[in-house]
Amino acid sequence: MKKLVNQVNSKLINPAKEKVVDPINLRIKKQNKSMQRFIYASLTIGFVYILLILGMLTGLIDSYLSGIIVSIMINIIMAVSLALVTGYLGELVLGHAGFMAVGAYTAAILTMQLNLPMIIEFPIAIICGGLLSSLVGIIIGIPALRLRGDYLGIITLGFGEIIRIILNNLDITNGARGLSGIPHYSNFSVTFFVTIIVIVILYKLISSKTGRAIVAIRDNEIATDCIGISTFFYKTLAFSCAAFFAGVAGGLYAHYHTVLNPVSFGFMQSIEVLIIVVLGGMGNLFGTIIAAVILGILNELLRSFSEYRMIMYSLILIIMMICKAKGITLAIIKSKFANRSPKKSKGGKSDARSFKN
Amino acid sequence: MLEVSKISVTFGGIKPVDEFDLKLNKGELVGLIGPNGAGKTTVFNLLTGVYTPSHGTIKLDGKNLTRLKPHQIVKKGITRTFQNIRLFKSMTVIENVKVAFNNQLHYSLYDRIFNTVKYNKQEKWLHKEAMSLLKIFDLDNEANELSTNLPYGKQRKLEIARALACKPKILLLDEPAAGMNPNETNELMETIRLIRNKFDITILLIEHDMRLVMAICERLVVIEYGKIIAEGTPEEISKNLKVIAAYLGE
Repeated sequence: MKKLVNQVNSKLINPAKEKVVDPINLRIKKQNKSMQRFIYASLTIGFVYILLILGMLTGLIDSYLSGIIVSIMINIIMAVSLALVTGYLGELVLGHAGFMAVGAYTAAILTMQLNLPMIIEFPIAIICGGLLSSLVGIIIGIPALRLRGDYLGIITLGFGEIIRIILNNLDITNGARGLSGIPHYSNFSVTFFVTIIVIVILYKLISSKTGRAIVAIRDNEIATDCIGISTFFYKTLAFSCAAFFAGVAGGLYAHYHTVLNPVSFGFMQSIEVLIIVVLGGMGNLFGTIIAAVILGILNELLRSFSEYRMIMYSLILIIMMICKAKGITLAIIKSKFANRSPKKSKGGKSDARSFKN
Repeated sequence: MLEVSKISVTFGGIKPVDEFDLKLNKGELVGLIGPNGAGKTTVFNLLTGVYTPSHGTIKLDGKNLTRLKPHQIVKKGITRTFQNIRLFKSMTVIENVKVAFNNQLHYSLYDRIFNTVKYNKQEKWLHKEAMSLLKIFDLDNEANELSTNLPYGKQRKLEIARALACKPKILLLDEPAAGMNPNETNELMETIRLIRNKFDITILLIEHDMRLVMAICERLVVIEYGKIIAEGTPEEISKNLKVIAAYLGE
């Protein structure tokens, strides 16, 4: 409103200066646009939520289905957090399930020991799980992030195994028998909203100056250092952020399944998350979310072929690498909106891009 | 302004730079020339902290920069471009410049999540600054193109624009004219003159293109095998027997 008044004022004061009015108009449009986007996003999220809740109330979605939905959402948190490191920072991490395990066990042990009301102890447990996980991430990251590519992958792979073996041998984690009797705190709604919050935070992080620095490191590390950005700091930051959210996902997982076993945090779990990220497209947050949903559904549909699942996974990965596609979802979106984009962009941007492809 | 005294670096038994001295005064445009493998780029790598000198000191305005990391040296006021262009390939032209402003932005994740006034203000300022910088280099029409889709000469310009976005006191240009045709080189010369007029900074450049060096540099430093063999105005250097011998052999 104030801006509108300003605009009118400026028009009244200097009617000759039409150019002064223009940027203000633009600004209002831009703010409206971001506001509009916010409203659309919240409406969509609310709609999906109500739809799912209604489905549960009417019995259309039974407890088996809602279990699948919850595990898909936990996978989404895992995948978007890994997308920060693998997709945006461009570092290969093969031990993401290790961070999830740290978060899961920390949160589970906390809620089992604290004996406070759920509303207090559950958030504390989840956040502590995330914090410890990110602390582990920093400790691992400081030496490991000096390496790049395959070498970092191998180190994180080793880290994941170390975590699993430690969990197998500690008394407090009840060894290979696993923890049981964890309170059943995380239900559909809690998981849904935590997932939304995580996605929003990561999206905002990526679209801020921090995100720009992280993508710059992926593109060219030396050049990034030479424009005054500490690559070491931002790499560690991205790594510990990813570890934090993986820990949160672990906390939710622990309080949904109420039993924890070191076996569920093995190497294959890490690979599954990595496949989601690769399938969704490197550096594409929304593609990652869609890929997590698609793979989650596929996993259930192909339950009867579960022995061949890994063969299919590796085939998918190989095909993705050969096609060099920027993720399955981006390919779909591109082909759908191919006719629309040239109209929108001015100055040959789309031409140049299609030429490159 | 910049005082480099007796820096050396050794890789195993090789000494690419041996007791190199350099003084830059404010506002100067100095050329660093020498035959291939003379150690010119190594000098740049030492000045920007990519390598740490094994001996000697580097001082800028009396402050010691010798053992600082590259990103710390940028904050003290030295930035560079690269011999082989290093742009951020997945980013657009304007994003390439915006990244370089990172140290001048001071908002937190909190500001970004809730789109606070602070965030909006700084991002708007950033966009304006980046656009005006691109305008100086005549890149504002391509602001939203991917940086890899620019022609070669414009990629060079963009790299210089990105370096200038860090608000340096000294700009190091590593073979800016490499791979350019005569027309592009002429345009580059204009660009370098423009930078000096608009930004009031000191420039040190490495170049093989003698036409460019002779036309724009005020002072030349010639090195061979990591040692300075001559120093002086372009006219003096072009008559120096030692330099001729180094380039052509005796």
